[in-house]
Amino acid sequence: MSKRKSKETSSVNGECISQVQRILRERFCHQCPNGKLFGVQLQYKHLLELLKRTTIHGESNSALIIGPRGSGKTMLLNHVLKELMEAKQVRENLMQVHLNGLLQTNDKIALKEITRQLQMENVVGDKVFGSFAENLAFLLEALKKGDRDSSCPVLFILDEFDLFVHHKNQTLLYNLFDISQSAQTPVTVIGLTCRQDILELLEKRVKSRFSHRQIYLMNSFDFKQYLRIFKEQLYLPAEFLYKPFTQKWNKNVQSLSEDRTVQDVLQNHFHCSKDLRSLHMLLMLALSSITVSHPFMTGSDLLEASKSCRMDSKANIVHGLSVLEICLIIAMKHLNDVYEGEPFNFQMVYNEFQKFIQRKAHSMYNFEKPVVMKAFEHLLQLELIKPIEGLCVRAQREYLLMKLLLDNNQIMDALQVYPNCPTDVKQWATSSLSWL
Amino acid sequence: MNTRQQCKRIYSWVGRAKSSDQKMKTFQYRGILIKSERSLTEMCILLGEFVLVEGANADQPFVAKLLKLYEDGSQEKHAVVQWFSRITELPLNKRKLLRREVSPQEIFLDKAPGYGTDINVETIIKNVKVIPLAPEEVVPVRSKGKQIFFVKESWDGKCFKPLSPGLLSELKEAEKKKRVGSPTPLTDCQVFPSDFICSLKAETDRVTRSTMKTKNIQMEIESRHSASKSSLSKERHSQRVANGINTPGARKKLQLNSPTKSRNKLTGCNVLELLGDDCDALEAREPSATKRKVTFTEILGSPPKVSRTNGEPDSPQTMRGDWSKVAETIRISPYRRGQDSSLKAKNLDGKDDDTCLAEEQELKTRRPVVIPRSHRKCVQKTTALIAEQLHFLNISEQDQEDDYLPSTDCSDSSSSEEEESMVPCTPKRKTRSSTTLSTPKSSRKPSDTTPANTPRKSPEPRTPKTPRNATPRIPIRNQATEKPANVLEEARLRLHVSTIPGSLPCREEEFQDIYNFVESKLIDGTGGCMYISGVPGTGKTATVHEVIRCLQQAAENDELPSFQFIEINGMKLTDPHQAYVQILQLLTGQKVTATHAAELLAKLFSTPGPKRKTTVLIVDELDLLWTRKQDVMYNLFDWPTQRQAKLIILAIANTMDLPERIMMNRVASRLGLTRMSFQPYTYKQLQQIISSRLNHIKAFEEDAIQLVSRKVAALSGDARRCLDICRRSTEICEFSSQKSASGLVSMAHVMKAIDEMFSSPYINSIRNASLHEQMFLKAIIAEFRRSGLEEATVQQIYHQHVALCRIEGLQIPTVSEIMAICSRLGACRFLLVESNNKYLHVRVRLNISQDDVMYALKQE
Repeated sequence: MSKRKSKETSSVNGECISQVQRILRERFCHQCPNGKLFGVQLQYKHLLELLKRTTIHGESNSALIIGPRGSGKTMLLNHVLKELMEAKQVRENLMQVHLNGLLQTNDKIALKEITRQLQMENVVGDKVFGSFAENLAFLLEALKKGDRDSSCPVLFILDEFDLFVHHKNQTLLYNLFDISQSAQTPVTVIGLTCRQDILELLEKRVKSRFSHRQIYLMNSFDFKQYLRIFKEQLYLPAEFLYKPFTQKWNKNVQSLSEDRTVQDVLQNHFHCSKDLRSLHMLLMLALSSITVSHPFMTGSDLLEASKSCRMDSKANIVHGLSVLEICLIIAMKHLNDVYEGEPFNFQMVYNEFQKFIQRKAHSMYNFEKPVVMKAFEHLLQLELIKPIEGLCVRAQREYLLMKLLLDNNQIMDALQVYPNCPTDVKQWATSSLSWL
Repeated sequence: MNTRQQCKRIYSWVGRAKSSDQKMKTFQYRGILIKSERSLTEMCILLGEFVLVEGANADQPFVAKLLKLYEDGSQEKHAVVQWFSRITELPLNKRKLLRREVSPQEIFLDKAPGYGTDINVETIIKNVKVIPLAPEEVVPVRSKGKQIFFVKESWDGKCFKPLSPGLLSELKEAEKKKRVGSPTPLTDCQVFPSDFICSLKAETDRVTRSTMKTKNIQMEIESRHSASKSSLSKERHSQRVANGINTPGARKKLQLNSPTKSRNKLTGCNVLELLGDDCDALEAREPSATKRKVTFTEILGSPPKVSRTNGEPDSPQTMRGDWSKVAETIRISPYRRGQDSSLKAKNLDGKDDDTCLAEEQELKTRRPVVIPRSHRKCVQKTTALIAEQLHFLNISEQDQEDDYLPSTDCSDSSSSEEEESMVPCTPKRKTRSSTTLSTPKSSRKPSDTTPANTPRKSPEPRTPKTPRNATPRIPIRNQATEKPANVLEEARLRLHVSTIPGSLPCREEEFQDIYNFVESKLIDGTGGCMYISGVPGTGKTATVHEVIRCLQQAAENDELPSFQFIEINGMKLTDPHQAYVQILQLLTGQKVTATHAAELLAKLFSTPGPKRKTTVLIVDELDLLWTRKQDVMYNLFDWPTQRQAKLIILAIANTMDLPERIMMNRVASRLGLTRMSFQPYTYKQLQQIISSRLNHIKAFEEDAIQLVSRKVAALSGDARRCLDICRRSTEICEFSSQKSASGLVSMAHVMKAIDEMFSSPYINSIRNASLHEQMFLKAIIAEFRRSGLEEATVQQIYHQHVALCRIEGLQIPTVSEIMAICSRLGACRFLLVESNNKYLHVRVRLNISQDDVMYALKQE
């Protein structure tokens, strides 16, 4: 922490810092299965047992892993698969098919992909020929021929499962679930989805064939656990090269977690979103402030990171606008107040602006109408205003109906931090009635 | 089937009525003359000969022996036949009785009852050669020769028996008579359609004679037979010219050849055709070989012609040298062989003599086959192979009466290169392609795509890895699966839905109804439809399968006529019209396009098949076969109404009122009123199902089973659900730390499993959501209450949210954070969020009831 110390060991520190950044960045960005799982031990055990039975006993199954985005569904599955693959018996037998609803957008593509990944005999090189019907018949025939005792179990992993539901007739899902419920090749179908209403989307005969095994991931930890996760994520591993640095780093992390401001930052972050990805985002930003001269993370680093995390993107744009554009936005705000959110057009905004100019002519230069128009169009380009849909687009530009995409709060906040804003404008912003 | 469509044949009687029956008004004839309209050739088939009869599968016509030909009062030509069955026509489970590999050329004298032996003459395609074998004989291996059949055993529907000696000799007699006698009657009924064929014939004769001459010089050893042989062969040739010419392509080729250009080429084509004649059953490659031979004889006679005739750069000298060398190497064996057979011929009676003659003739024509091209490597290899095989044959010849093997060997070993070049000229190929041409995928041989249908070995797959010959299978696992180790695992195995139970409890009534329906139709030999409905998991498909199993059992025990069972599933089709394709493929093994399959099926079911069993067709998930025009459903239900169809359809679907709801009147009317609906299981039935599956394994407490059954019966009555819950509870029991005292699955475990499966996830997930997410939901409800609408924009909710945060003293989230929260909740479908980029003006609705949200949020 102290400057003197860090100067003495600056060369060592330089190496250390880059190592630390590499390790932690890997941890935050890669969804590597080496990382730790938090609060999903039960689900982990359930899934592991399920897959073990498939591979070892040849039992067919189907399951859905459901949880909000960033709750660690894929991570859980990867962990389970990693442990499963450590057993030789499993490694040699299990065949995996990975599908993603975003890639396999219809059953035809999905079938080809399955055939390709299973390396069936109608695969030439890396291509699958034949029509959709032929491929389906071929695959079904292949799976039908197998039986529990002699065929390799096949694990189907359907990422973004909810998208498969929208395929025509749900043919693929029906067939996969049907195989899992009949005496054919043992298959296990694992679906990953974030939709809680997924079961309602399945057709009834598909639903009946699904075994109704649902594994929920909920991020069900409280703030104490969240703090612990925070520490775990920042701790350097014991096998890190520079032992004294590791000790100091870990101690710093410990003290950080006890710091009041840090806890506040984390608490706010936790209130907003519980998923670990956003925590990683926060830590990532804090990590980037670490340099040789500033080797340990501080509370202010985290505070800064948190600020940039929860930055309001639209309001930030307002900071970069010209005074004329700000004036237009204020005019729009007043129009919104007067007409209760009804759409406006350029002419209305221009009139409002003219009122202001005429009243306070000494402080603002009276811009020509085309100049104001240009500023208005710039706002349109920045998507601070948006033409409302469904109306005639061929209307004159001046009379196109628009809506403001900013809230009053955002405008006021932005004005507060706007540099060199004329006081007249500020006054006008607070009250449109001040001229009375 | 489509051969008939392609080239129309005209059938007429040979000679006048042999006898007539005044009472029945029938006239009997001794033969039939088949005149092909396209190629203007005629084929004469006499009583006692073997014929191919059109069947369901165009590639596999039926084989039969002509017993009687007559014309009835209505001028219709009829034939009475004795059927022979191919191995593929026999039931699968009976094939095992043979306990040996059966070559596709082997046929069985079919004595099974139930087939009509009276057929329409117009279904006869052509005559075919059938060679009877004594029981101890081995069926000669032929790779491609489809046109010769061997009969060895008879089949009476239950078991295989060797042919009785009397029958065998009778068949042989017929065979002999045919061989000797056929040229004579044929010549008198033969009409040469145009002059050029006659001239051609003369020319052919001349060439053949010259061939014979050269050969006679070479082969003094056979001089004794030469005279008779040449005359005989001449006759045979002329006959073949006439017979073999009926392929239009070949004729065209003949016309193209200018007479001056090359006699030998002409003869090449001739011989090609001769050999392509059906009776000879030559392989596709043989003609090419024969062609070479003819060229070669020319070479011997007049060396200068060589370069012109076969256009090969090698000088005749080297060629001759080459040939003589190779000839030396191979001569020994065939000669010895020829001697052997001729010796044998002398010892045997006259009947055999004739065969020997023919064979020697064949041998001679074939032996020098590849020699002119012997400078090619592959050919040299081939000749060596031939020599080797001929030698081998000499050894094994003693116990072989039939001497057709060498020809197969020749064909087997001829190079693929030659095959490639000769493919267009081989008559056999042509006939094949003509049968498949009408299908758009003509390049695809139907037999290839159905590996189960014809287990015939393909001699040389051209590309080793084509998807066409791919066998669908999943790799075999390395280690064996583990057997269940404890009671719970055993129970879990038995409770898996995939386990096929020994009996189906609680569906006895439905079983009996369906069984009776199908059985009565089977016995009557008529067709019919039955519609079976019921919610998922009520055992519809299982019951129907059980019925089929029982019926098959009964058919095996000869209590019922045998039938063919096929099954399609609407969900396993990519398109309703694929149903035709699948049905046809399951019926006959053909693979064609949907429209063509529909035509073929319609024809199949509308024409009286000579040899057709009743078909039982299960159509699962019928509603998926719905199309706008409903043509698939219409056809499916229309076929059974036809008299000859012999089709029983069991249609299965979920909804009871499907016929009324989605079917047009004409479809619903054809479906008929034979309906059955499977009611959801009651709790008692579910209980019984579980108990019967467990079969006295003590893994569950009685109360636990009852709880599961009652729960499921109250919810859906779905047996699958019931079994799944039971299975899950065994897992919970196994891994719960505090096992119940008995080690059995108790009520608590079952309750937990039920909770896992049926409890709504919403409340739990809302409770686990982050604070601001919960706040957002609260804000939504507050906004809804304020506005009185069930919809609000994010901006409105944002204001509520800010107000709530002020009350709670929380940090106020920025609009970006609010938008993120909104989209997160939208992704989980707590909310329905409009999908556009209107930012603050996006409209939001709740996807769960407000009460649920309030309940979930209050509990804290």
